Amino acid sequence: MSDATALGLWGIPLAVAAGAIRISTPFLFVSLGECLTEKSGRVNLGLEGTLVMGAMGGYGVSYLTGSAWLGVLAAGLIGAALGALHAWLCSKPRVNDIAVGIALMLFGVGLAFFLGKPLIQPTAPRLPAISLGFFSDLPQVRAALEVNALFLIGAALAPLLLWMLRRTRSGLVLRTVGESADSARAMGVDVNLVRRRATMAGGFLAGVGGSFLSLFYPGSWNEGLSSGQGLMAVALVIYARWNPVRCLAASLLFGGASALGPALQSVGVTWGYHLFNAAPYIVTLAILVAASSATRPLRDQPAELTLAR
Amino acid sequence: MMDPRALSSPAARPIRAAAARDPGPLGPPPALSAAGITKRFGPLLALDDVSLRLAPGSFHALLGENGAGKSTLVKCIMGYHPADAGEVRVGDAALSIRSPREAQSLGIGMVYQHFTLVMNMTVAENLVLARPSLPLVIDWRKEREAIRAFMARMPFRIDPERTVRELATGEKQKLEILKQLYLGSRILLLDEPTSVLTPAEADEVLGMLRRMADEQRISVLMISHKFREVMAFADEVTVLRRGRVAGRGKARDLTPAAMAEMMVGAQPAHVSAARGDAPAGEPVLRIVGLAATAGRGRRALDGVTLTVRRGEIVGIAGVSGNGQEELVEVLAGQRAAREGAVLVHGEPYGAGREQTRAHRVRCLPEEPLRNACVPAMSVAENLGFRVFDRPPFTALRFGVSRAALRRSAERLVAEYAVKTPSVDAPIGRLSGGNVQRAVLARELGSGEDIELLIAANPCFGLDFAAVAEIRSRILLARNRGTAVLLVSADLDEIFAMADRVLVMSEGRIVHESPIASADVAAIGRAMAGHR
Repeated sequence: MSDATALGLWGIPLAVAAGAIRISTPFLFVSLGECLTEKSGRVNLGLEGTLVMGAMGGYGVSYLTGSAWLGVLAAGLIGAALGALHAWLCSKPRVNDIAVGIALMLFGVGLAFFLGKPLIQPTAPRLPAISLGFFSDLPQVRAALEVNALFLIGAALAPLLLWMLRRTRSGLVLRTVGESADSARAMGVDVNLVRRRATMAGGFLAGVGGSFLSLFYPGSWNEGLSSGQGLMAVALVIYARWNPVRCLAASLLFGGASALGPALQSVGVTWGYHLFNAAPYIVTLAILVAASSATRPLRDQPAELTLAR
Repeated sequence: MMDPRALSSPAARPIRAAAARDPGPLGPPPALSAAGITKRFGPLLALDDVSLRLAPGSFHALLGENGAGKSTLVKCIMGYHPADAGEVRVGDAALSIRSPREAQSLGIGMVYQHFTLVMNMTVAENLVLARPSLPLVIDWRKEREAIRAFMARMPFRIDPERTVRELATGEKQKLEILKQLYLGSRILLLDEPTSVLTPAEADEVLGMLRRMADEQRISVLMISHKFREVMAFADEVTVLRRGRVAGRGKARDLTPAAMAEMMVGAQPAHVSAARGDAPAGEPVLRIVGLAATAGRGRRALDGVTLTVRRGEIVGIAGVSGNGQEELVEVLAGQRAAREGAVLVHGEPYGAGREQTRAHRVRCLPEEPLRNACVPAMSVAENLGFRVFDRPPFTALRFGVSRAALRRSAERLVAEYAVKTPSVDAPIGRLSGGNVQRAVLARELGSGEDIELLIAANPCFGLDFAAVAEIRSRILLARNRGTAVLLVSADLDEIFAMADRVLVMSEGRIVHESPIASADVAAIGRAMAGHR
């Protein structure tokens, strides 16, 4: 963590910005994944389990192969496999995607803890950071601008996904499936296949998000690694109104709010530390309340997305 | 005559290739004939040796009661159902159309009764989406230009950038038809295309199809219940009854009475109720300055004031989407009013259970399956919604007697001729007409006299006989002294039933006249928003 004291109060925004990028990365990947899945008309609440499995699997593969990027790939593949499991279960008649998601969340977390026991001690190679602070002589600035590569990939992915949803055949088909399964069937589209692919892709991204936790920050595998990022990401998707670029903005906002507590502490503000740590959740609640209405339906919500189907 | 290339769009190219065997894409549309079509669903013989020929450029009406096999025939032609026997020919070739996709590639397009549009997408996206093949990456600029050029050649247009959800019902129906034309369909099959339209909209849409047929650009096969439209627009008629052809001929040689007889057979079609001529009594329902908002904060009702008296039917006409739905929702307790008052017998009325019971108010909402039923619950349970918590259906204030509910339901089902396998079947499995009858039975069949009846499009999508029956039941209730508020998008219905007509436009009552002196032209102007 950057030592912001030498910069005085300027250290706070710097630390918040650096923290925002660092903390937002798993949120970004999970919310992009969830966004993709929900656009197909299905909710995957199991992404918390996918995230933890991805963290464990990524760390394990990175340790065994010596390559952090292979770890990231493995985490993604594990996520895709869990996504395929979710999609397969949900394709059965009378299966509810929310219930399956909760079951898979607990399953994923439990399985990761079980398989990850031997990985708590060893140290695996970590992901590189890219120094964007080369222009500055201040060590604090240089430290704050050590941006992880995964964040950059995620930040590039968000507009790419938006473009895909709007401009490509697969995007249009995906949205049709999420808006009206009947219309999609009338077009000759295999609705289950599209949803399976979307859920697998979503799982892949969530798995990659998990590998960030174990391979970059905090950068080790233990059972307290995730603090509910997988679940919060679902809320982020709602307030990003199913738009990948807004998912990026929401993740950054959430990350920035999370970094507020540590940043203030680093400049010596000890008052209300726990209160500031709760800032992201307060922000989430505030935005959800502000964005919601008792009389209006949620804007941009895929029409096939319902709690009970 | 319009440019015949009007029908070619980028999407039409693969269809042109497929149609190369035909006289050519710019000539008249190919003839469509179905010969000896037979279709069974289990023990039910839905179609029995039905033949029909749709000549190039003709406007052919397919008449019949619910369950007569009209939709089945059209679905066999479209390849939804494989026919058990018979063949479909397009042009000179006998073809086995195995899927709607194949039908589409032959230039046969279907406009369904329910919308097949994706509500949260734009008009342009819906059009592009419907194409049989999409490019991997969509060049929206090019598509938009193509759509704009296509729209410019159409008799009506819709802004391609609008979201379908925001379109009025009539516009959605037009878009469904535009979509088929955009796809290059030359033979249009329409399943009751005007059931959601106002008479003016229906005339506009059908008139346009008629002109295009006259210009030999398309052929039209339309399923309909409305004799008025058949007489005005069709040139050939085929009538189905119980899966067989009951009659056919040129529209100009037939009278509505002759067609009705073909449809229902020799027995009289309906019990007609005469309107009693007792003058209207004291006010039952008074609505004063009612305002309400709809989705997205839109002001749907804006100061509605009206009175309905004992023994009169007040009809509310208007283009759908001008606040009628919200008005009924407020009266049914489904939507909160923002301002104003609803008074029944001079007392404030909030549609609570106690008030509904005390004032004997009943409601026949639109889309009864959604607004008045729990689809997964049985017919008996749904029929008991008004009474299940009262003796004889309950004892000691709790516990509901299923046996009593079923007995009562069996009586109502028989009396109102609801076709259901049993009263234990989930009501959601019943056909639309039967759900409507079941709700009517619940609302009117309790044996007590109803003080106030609110009915919204009570005959929507029902066949001829059912319409006559429901209308006569409402008229009988009126004659017994019920005050009736009839909200209808069908002006003919209002003229047939109402004592007074009000016109609603943009959430206000903009016109009022007794039916005896009502002027259709003035009502039409009021509906269109000209005051």
